[in-house]
Amino acid sequence: MNDQAIIQFENVNKWFGDFHVLRNVNLDVARGEKIVICGPSGSGKSTLIRCINRLEEHQEGRIVVDGVELTDDLKNIDKIRSEVGMVFQSFNLFPHMTVLENLVVGQHLVRRLPVEEAEGVAMTYLERVKIADQADKYPGQLSGGQQQRVAIARSLCMRPRIMLFDEVTSALDPEMVKEVLDVMIDLANEGMTMLVVTHEMGFAREVADRVMFMDEGQVIEENEPGPFFDNPQSDRAKLFLSQILHQ
Amino acid sequence: MQPILRPFQEQRPPPSQSTGFIGWLGANFFSSWFNTLVTLFLLWVIYQIGSFVISWGFINANWVGDSAKSCANTDGACWAFVTDRWQLFVYGLYPAELRWRVDVFYVLGALTISAFLFSFGSITKKFRLTMFIGFPIAAYIFLVGGVFGMAPVSPESFGGLLLTLVIASVGIFGSIPLGLILALGRTSELKVISKVCTYFIEFWRGVPHIAVIVMFVALLPIFIPDGDKIDIVVRAFIAFAAFNSAYMAEVFRGGLQSIPAGQFEASKAIGLSYWKMMGYIILPQAIRNSVPALVNTCISIFKETTIVLLIGFSDLLGIIHLSLEDPRWLGPPHIFSSAYVFAAIIYFVFTYGMSKYSVRLENRSNIQQH
Repeated sequence: MNDQAIIQFENVNKWFGDFHVLRNVNLDVARGEKIVICGPSGSGKSTLIRCINRLEEHQEGRIVVDGVELTDDLKNIDKIRSEVGMVFQSFNLFPHMTVLENLVVGQHLVRRLPVEEAEGVAMTYLERVKIADQADKYPGQLSGGQQQRVAIARSLCMRPRIMLFDEVTSALDPEMVKEVLDVMIDLANEGMTMLVVTHEMGFAREVADRVMFMDEGQVIEENEPGPFFDNPQSDRAKLFLSQILHQ
Repeated sequence: MQPILRPFQEQRPPPSQSTGFIGWLGANFFSSWFNTLVTLFLLWVIYQIGSFVISWGFINANWVGDSAKSCANTDGACWAFVTDRWQLFVYGLYPAELRWRVDVFYVLGALTISAFLFSFGSITKKFRLTMFIGFPIAAYIFLVGGVFGMAPVSPESFGGLLLTLVIASVGIFGSIPLGLILALGRTSELKVISKVCTYFIEFWRGVPHIAVIVMFVALLPIFIPDGDKIDIVVRAFIAFAAFNSAYMAEVFRGGLQSIPAGQFEASKAIGLSYWKMMGYIILPQAIRNSVPALVNTCISIFKETTIVLLIGFSDLLGIIHLSLEDPRWLGPPHIFSSAYVFAAIIYFVFTYGMSKYSVRLENRSNIQQH
């Protein structure tokens, strides 16, 4: 096993009731690596990355994140969560707080920064996602693309070492997809370790070091993005790619 | 096909809708023959009710007097009954020479309510907090006394509106925090806590309130050593808070269930602990969503205080009911109906106030978030 790996999965298995959602998954992610995970719906992509910050618990095998093994120990879970940022398909901004408060709440309560300092950090990140002028609005007043950029900034404020993206552009209108992807590309260029569940092939080609294709709870095929999309090896990947290309 | 280009339409204001009062009437009340018919019928009904209320409640009413004889005109209300006994209704059996203390309580109460109704600039928050914490303490000091050289007054002499307000406030402000804790317990992932809270809620909700009140008053001394030293009014308070907390718990559980799973996940993902997640993210939203049902429960608590009649206390409705048995006021049935109409008006003023306040709370949070 690679000692440089920041995330390690060793024979990880998980069930939802009787449904075997993750089947013997092995995975090493190196520091700074960008991985795109794709596959049909229900293939376990989201479950896989949700195991990394323990939004889901695995039942068999080991998961080690930045040297800390995920167990029931609450201290470990809190430590992992403070190092792993996550962005969701449905944004999940806190609707009763302004954009600025959304970014401050975690820094203040978890990282224990004084509010003024946290606001400073928050404004820096809001500028980076080009939305600083909306800081005092409520999430409900923003467009989907703007909300998703705020959600990314909220995660970044926590200074994570790893960022997880769970189909972050799937709920967006087509004209807003690009503004979110641009932010993610910037982030990738700065060397962040990223695991991205997405079907955006352009993004994968530009950013990913590796593409993992999942189906029925397992990683079926793994390759660099160019060869994977141009010349998939497995029948399932061929079928899947032909379907998303014919949309 | 040839491409078709259409000229760009500039934005313009909507057509004018102000057609004057007559136009508004026409559009809303007389737009069709059926609408006109309904409007005319309702006007007739309103006229019938209105003229009855005015002649019964004002023109033919008997306003002053000290016995049933003063209410000779049976076509009108007998307000003499109310004007003769209003002190009893407002103060109960509180010692007459100490009634200024109840007045202080009423004034402070009104001040507390206005603290939450109006804005006072930069001191609004501090003012509200001071009144919220200070009012219950001050209320206890003035009403019960026994400190600062004020003569002690037994809560057993409370009655009328005073008792209604005290029991309702204790019931409401005791059951809200208890209900919140129970709701969190019931939704907890720890099976033991969840089960205990579930059965606690089911028990108090399933038992008639009359039975609970009697149980607390009669049985508590048997189960708890020195239980008979707990004041009987305090026992009633505990019973009130206990069974109402069960209703409150279900109100809050409804609010908690209205919060999407994503809010919990996002809170966990940024590393918030359970209590911080609940305190800062989940509960503020859940409580806001619970406001309509919460006020519903508060109103029924307010109207339900009459139940203490069973253990020998008379709240506003109870004391009106008992006063009607006074031989001086035995007489035609319109005395009876006047007394209850009066009670209805007082109760309505308070509950309508609560309802209006809740609408304001809802509107305020809607404006912020949309």
